[in-house]
Amino acid sequence: MLRYIVRRLLLTVPLLVGISLVSFLMMHMAPGGPIGAGTDMNPKATAESRARLKAYYGLDQPLHVQYGRWLARMATLDFGDSFSPDGRPVSEKIKERIPITLTINVLSMGLIFLVAIPVGVYSAVRKGSLFDRISTVAVFTGFAIPTFWLALLMMILFGVKLGWLPISGISSLDHESLGALGKLADRAHHLLLPVLLAGFGGLAGMSRYMRSNMLEVIRQDYVATARAKGLPEGTVVFRHAMRNALLPVITILGLSVPDLLGGSVIFETIFAIPGMGQLFYQGVMSRDYPLIMGILTIGAFLTLLGNLLADVGYALADPRIRQG
Amino acid sequence: MNLPPRRAVLPPILLLLLLAACGGGKPESAGKGAAVPDVPAYGDAIVEGSIGDVSGFLTAVTTDASSHEAAGYVFNGLVRYDKDLKLEGELAESWEVSPDGKRITFRLRKGVKWHDGAPFTSDDVMFTYRRMIDPRTPTAYGEDFRQVKRASAPDPQTFVVEYPRPFAPALASWGMHVLPKHLLENYPDISKSPLNKKPVGTGPYRFVEWKTGEKVVFDASPDYFEGKPYIARVITRVIPDQATMFLELKSGGVDTMALTPPQYVRQTDTADFKKSFNRYKYTASGYTYLGFRLSHPFFSDKRVRQAIAHAADKKALIDGVLLGLGQEATGPYKPGTWAYNPNVRKYPHDPVRAKALLAEAGWKEKDGVLVKDGQPFEFTVLTNAGNEARAKTAAILQQNLAEVGIRMKIRTVEWAAFINEFIDKRKFDAVILGWNITPDPDQFDIWHSSKTGPKELNHIGFANPEVDRLLDEGRGTFDLEKRKKAYFRIQEVLAEEQPYVFLFVPEALPVVHNRIRGIVPAPAGITYNFVKWYVPEALRKHKVQP
Repeated sequence: MLRYIVRRLLLTVPLLVGISLVSFLMMHMAPGGPIGAGTDMNPKATAESRARLKAYYGLDQPLHVQYGRWLARMATLDFGDSFSPDGRPVSEKIKERIPITLTINVLSMGLIFLVAIPVGVYSAVRKGSLFDRISTVAVFTGFAIPTFWLALLMMILFGVKLGWLPISGISSLDHESLGALGKLADRAHHLLLPVLLAGFGGLAGMSRYMRSNMLEVIRQDYVATARAKGLPEGTVVFRHAMRNALLPVITILGLSVPDLLGGSVIFETIFAIPGMGQLFYQGVMSRDYPLIMGILTIGAFLTLLGNLLADVGYALADPRIRQG
Repeated sequence: MNLPPRRAVLPPILLLLLLAACGGGKPESAGKGAAVPDVPAYGDAIVEGSIGDVSGFLTAVTTDASSHEAAGYVFNGLVRYDKDLKLEGELAESWEVSPDGKRITFRLRKGVKWHDGAPFTSDDVMFTYRRMIDPRTPTAYGEDFRQVKRASAPDPQTFVVEYPRPFAPALASWGMHVLPKHLLENYPDISKSPLNKKPVGTGPYRFVEWKTGEKVVFDASPDYFEGKPYIARVITRVIPDQATMFLELKSGGVDTMALTPPQYVRQTDTADFKKSFNRYKYTASGYTYLGFRLSHPFFSDKRVRQAIAHAADKKALIDGVLLGLGQEATGPYKPGTWAYNPNVRKYPHDPVRAKALLAEAGWKEKDGVLVKDGQPFEFTVLTNAGNEARAKTAAILQQNLAEVGIRMKIRTVEWAAFINEFIDKRKFDAVILGWNITPDPDQFDIWHSSKTGPKELNHIGFANPEVDRLLDEGRGTFDLEKRKKAYFRIQEVLAEEQPYVFLFVPEALPVVHNRIRGIVPAPAGITYNFVKWYVPEALRKHKVQP
């Protein structure tokens, strides 16, 4: 097992380099550049000032030199400085945004599992029942409704009409003056709508997935055996069937590791949440190469790591895979 | 929209019209609200909504509107534009231009202090100038300062610059924010200095905190040279979505923003809304145009361009795109300002006249489409993706032109690709775009025939010897009457030649919570007297130590 993990980890290095090279090339092939945002259509920016800015950011060097420099820096885990006028280190910018995106995604994912698994299991066990049909319609409706639209409706209802919840942002203006508990309550208050809505969109997929897994497992011989032994239905469903139905969910969990830090552009824009989605979007729009590369590399690393975790988790849970 | 305490002179001069700027005009519903003693009082906070986050506070190295607006609270320039968009002294008490127009002597205000208590002197101005021309400063605004032949600071209250020839726009360039030498001299690259994140200036507000992506907070500076501002605190919240910002406005989360025409016409024209808010409306500093690549065989003929100008229904455009909140553009200047010439040739919507002009130019109708030398009159108009107003403009123009037998196709392209692949490479038939209008009328870079090279702004390839001469004349003198004459004539030529069909000038539509008083709209907008805005004591909302 250990050898397997080490081998997989070593393999990620060339993969990461490959991914970064492709990202780098694609980024530079896209029209526009970091200095365009300030100099395009700006009469005060002459050809000389453009050339000066290019040299300042090292963009006058050939592509392979630029990539080599980036790679050399990356080898020491230095993400470089952002091209944005604040010139701050990319790692600092990312670090600043990670906690909030992580919180929202962990919470909403928790919510998804918490609701989707029981719904899925119950729908499968009572297949064709009224509950099954209602939950099917409900989750698919949730899946079909554009989240941004639902978000706006909720903001109008709870924010403007009722005045119960804040509309956007992650803290009140007087946040700093609150005590520790007050701060926590304030955060929770602000995160309620975003987390609920982020979870709502993901419910459909997960509950359907759980339902079909469960349906498959429940038809297996060992479940029939358990029933035949006269075990109570609850034990059959939860102890014998559900544990096996949950196995593939481990894969999904592993694959959602990169999402935890990715953030959603649309969501963060609507709720004015300063998360990773917004940061990446701004980076792309202003062609902030070091920032884009930094986020892409982290994303790639997390994807590979998530895959590895899923595989390892699967192997731990299912002896057949370990042997195979 | 973010409301800066004063209109910075420098911000994205003539940048494409991405954000509607404020202009002059009249209040729409000022002075409503509860009956309370309306006396200025110190205190309270104003919360603004801003679409974009700040990227830094040193305007020499930032180029986005949000950053420039935020920096406007903290920093001053030597000069600024007053409420009537005329230059006046800010950190400079006065200035003299030598008789030959080549030397400007600024007399600086006495007793001005930086927010850390250090005195402001001409050394700071000298330092700012040197950093602007320093190749280690990543600035897009260095060119105006490179024109300077010699700069000197003979005494702490005097700063002198000399130019090789008279250059009128130079004066406005000294609206550039002056930087504190004592805090920056150890940073060869000022963008890497802590001041870019925690600014220290001479302005009406002191920096308190910046939470990236969330908010920026400023407190009134008690010893601001024009007197302590009444509003004790300014909080700028980053809310990237227009619809969200509007909901925040309605629920009390922000006090001021710029409305879109649909919000103005359909969502805020209610008694309920007007109970809490004052809406303002005035001519924005920008215009939208249809520009032709003049080397295109169809558009090299003046009569064709004039015909299209007649075919374009500007009234329908203003009604359809701006819901009536705008006016016809007749040239590149803002109606009502000193450089604007109201008496130029106009092109009323007249399809019959358009057809006649096209026939004169040799275009004959065949099955509803104009044809010349066997070629149908068909072209593609380009505009940037994500700008709804321009997309609507294109759709209406398409219909207008179809009426006279011209087939216009529409293509929208993402901004960076649009600029780099099409505009810069001159690969277009026609474009729909907009320009911001700066208070200084010099538009050398847009209309001079020497500015048609790649990446330069005369992208339509306009070349007219008379306009070239007038542009040189206009920027080469400080005499306002002479300048006015030159720019009036330029507008006559442009109206006759129609290298652009000037379409419309929109209205700026800011809204401010009505507990905030002292707002006096002027041609410059509403924010020029921000330090005089106040909240009567009885209406105070936020507890901020005055």
